[in-house]
Amino acid sequence: MRKNQKSTTQSGTTKVSGIKRRSFVKLLGGGIFIFFQPWKALDILSMPQQQQQQRRSLTKDYNAFLHIAEDGTISCYTGKIEMGQGIITGLAIMMAEELNVPFEKVKMVMGDTELCPYDAGTWGSQSTQTFGPAMRAAAAEAKAVLIEMASSKLGVPANSLEVRDGIITDRSDPDKSVTYASLAKGKKLEKYLDVKPASEEYTKFTYVGKPYKRVDAYEKVTGRAKYTGDLKIPGMVFARIVRPPSHGATLKSVDVTGAEKITGVQVVRDGDFIAVISENRDKADEAVVKVKAEYEFKELPVNDKTVFDWMVKAQSRSAVAREGGDIEAGRRESDKVFQSEYHDPYVAHAAIETHTALAHLENGKMNVWASTQSPFGLQDAIVTELKMTRETVRVRTPFVGGGFGGKAAYQQGVEAARLAKLTGKPVMLVWTRDEEFFYDTFHSANVIKVNSGINNSGLITFWDYHVWFAGTRGADIIYEVPNFKTTSYSENRPAFQVHPFGTGPWRAPNNNSNTFAREVQIDIMASSAGIDPLDFRLRNLKDEKMIACLKSVADKFGYVPARTPSRRGIGIACGHDAGTWVAEIAEVKVDKATGKVQVVRVACSQDMGQCINPEGALIQMEGCITMALGYTLTEEVHFEGGNVLDRGFDTYEIPKLSWLPKIDCVILDRMDKPPRGGGEPSIIAVGAAVGNAIFDATGARLYQTPMTPERVFEALKKT
Amino acid sequence: MEEKIRFKLNGKKTELMTDLNQTLVWVLRNLLGLTGTKWGCGNGFCGACTVLIDDEPVRSCQIPLSDVEGKKVVTIEGLEKKGRLHPVQKAFIDHEALQCGFCTPGMILTTVAFLKKNPSPTRQEIMEALDENLCRCTAHVRIIDAVLDAAKEMKGGK
Repeated sequence: MRKNQKSTTQSGTTKVSGIKRRSFVKLLGGGIFIFFQPWKALDILSMPQQQQQQRRSLTKDYNAFLHIAEDGTISCYTGKIEMGQGIITGLAIMMAEELNVPFEKVKMVMGDTELCPYDAGTWGSQSTQTFGPAMRAAAAEAKAVLIEMASSKLGVPANSLEVRDGIITDRSDPDKSVTYASLAKGKKLEKYLDVKPASEEYTKFTYVGKPYKRVDAYEKVTGRAKYTGDLKIPGMVFARIVRPPSHGATLKSVDVTGAEKITGVQVVRDGDFIAVISENRDKADEAVVKVKAEYEFKELPVNDKTVFDWMVKAQSRSAVAREGGDIEAGRRESDKVFQSEYHDPYVAHAAIETHTALAHLENGKMNVWASTQSPFGLQDAIVTELKMTRETVRVRTPFVGGGFGGKAAYQQGVEAARLAKLTGKPVMLVWTRDEEFFYDTFHSANVIKVNSGINNSGLITFWDYHVWFAGTRGADIIYEVPNFKTTSYSENRPAFQVHPFGTGPWRAPNNNSNTFAREVQIDIMASSAGIDPLDFRLRNLKDEKMIACLKSVADKFGYVPARTPSRRGIGIACGHDAGTWVAEIAEVKVDKATGKVQVVRVACSQDMGQCINPEGALIQMEGCITMALGYTLTEEVHFEGGNVLDRGFDTYEIPKLSWLPKIDCVILDRMDKPPRGGGEPSIIAVGAAVGNAIFDATGARLYQTPMTPERVFEALKKT
Repeated sequence: MEEKIRFKLNGKKTELMTDLNQTLVWVLRNLLGLTGTKWGCGNGFCGACTVLIDDEPVRSCQIPLSDVEGKKVVTIEGLEKKGRLHPVQKAFIDHEALQCGFCTPGMILTTVAFLKKNPSPTRQEIMEALDENLCRCTAHVRIIDAVLDAAKEMKGGK
């Protein structure tokens, strides 16, 4: 394997994302530093559009490093953040593994723009699959360096040395040994690593592949874990910002006298940006509603019912994502042709922790703590907005109370910094639930039209797929189709604004929509052909990973083939996301009198390559399946023009404990393969599996998520 | 207006001189530094701010401080006794019944109150008891397993 590294001591002042690399070293004192570079094209491509534009030049940056301190503590500094997905545990396991140290001896330092090198953000299930291997490589390199040092210190050839629990020992003379700590003592060594060296063989793994409990659980069950909102600085005030009633409304006039009359409340104003602050949050809440503001409205003429028509008619950009064969020839060869249109609404992220930030400007330095998936993105935004320099803005990321893509947006951090600058006080901004819904960057509503055909052997003859505003993640055909075309229509701003509000990535961005459309269409064709839906898929598949997932999920479920609708209420769907293949079978009960659907069972099989932490991966799978019940059954943002009508958990219903189906998961044994994403894939196929199960139970076909009782009831009338 | 209030907080006699109209959740978090009680929606819908008042689970975002006069208030910080975790806390760790952890304190306290009333619950009863505590990371499977396990542990342990 090619290595391209240079080793330096006391090396110069190469810039790392605007901060001099030396500054990390200065901050951390002595020890051994291994800088590494985990970027791959995949990571950048998987970024949300707006982050792609925001990202800094990455080519020459080393965006993470390991530090072996003089006391033997081994830390990994990374701009990635922990929001519940468990990487604080998963990445530490990989590091302990590679360095042969006890798991407890390794420390993750995450999401601090001053201590950690640049990282665009934590999303796209990339932490384990892209960042992980690079970190392993860096750890392996660190071990090689340490062994080299031990070799010269002990006067023993490197190949006679072995490492266990952070102690390097001569195999033939166990008395000759030296610890990592003693090697790092008094040293100041920096190494730069660009290319992956050989890392340990998976069969030798001590920790990887075994269940391991999360390191943050104790803090979280005792209330000790600190989230942004739990921080407090002397003199801190709570802020509430005056918000417009709808997107597209602009401030016409305002009267703040009512708010000013409340004791302990200060009104802050900078143009249209108006806020109230108080040391007492209740007072701020009381004051903000006393501000009388009038607005002018210029809203888009669209609502949650008309949006699908609006989207198809919108002036948009179209691009052919993939094409092969000849659609018209395929159509002529078909014995049956199918045309369907699928609708998917805006969906909210709805993390239980709302967007929160604490900001304090002190001696020219803006210190910000924020619940964000992108601390460096927030840092850049503050630099731009407040005309500061990167050196004077530091963003730290305490535990994040759920992100799901929603915290890739960081408006609250900019607002808190702005208020801190305006007032000179430490400002805590905890968005209300109302603000959280109003400013959420929703999963985009979308329309998918599929025209497809089959021949009398049950083989797919053509596939003409048109997707409006859902992009092409998950739009792969996956089946063997000779004639195919995928056309994607995206927003053409500023020529035509489609969305009245912000949109952005939602767990497995848009893959849910594309997988729903494809897998329901497949089910429609299978049913029409009179072929069992599993058999139909297997007939049309050559992708071995997909076939293996389908077979294993069928096995796990105890699937018995039947033509649909079989009245049993069983549905199948499959797909892939973030490099991971997944197949799911759902079983439902449908109350025909009300249209209410209960998902009683979901089985899922996943090929995610090497599984680093099976317990963590399983939890992510169960979480995905449970969370998926929301977009499948209830979650839909209602709106009128720019006014978001759902502003709380009273009308926007997320999956509750009583909805829980029996869940059976299989992770295929692929320890010899590189690790792939685990935080999103198994969410993608639940919608289609449930939709297909409803059809199997009742003969009613649903073309729109969520499959609410009203929609199911309507569909039942057509059967 | 500042007034005096006395109540028992996590087993300790507590006396405060403050505005009694303040919402309990902000008093706990901001005045008393007990930030384990989370603020999630302010409308009583999510359950993250749940505390125990005289052993009953109460949404602390929905009541003024004055409501706890003379009462026993227990927050997540008050469950651990002499460095020993409450069986429910322990079960949540053992079963990995959490991810981001933001709903966890409310979930655990609701469970503690529930198991006191129903020491031998069925899965269905657990689902119903915790149905109004929202968990967006959807650790549902593990939460139910943790509660079942804690119930077993508490019966055997006491």
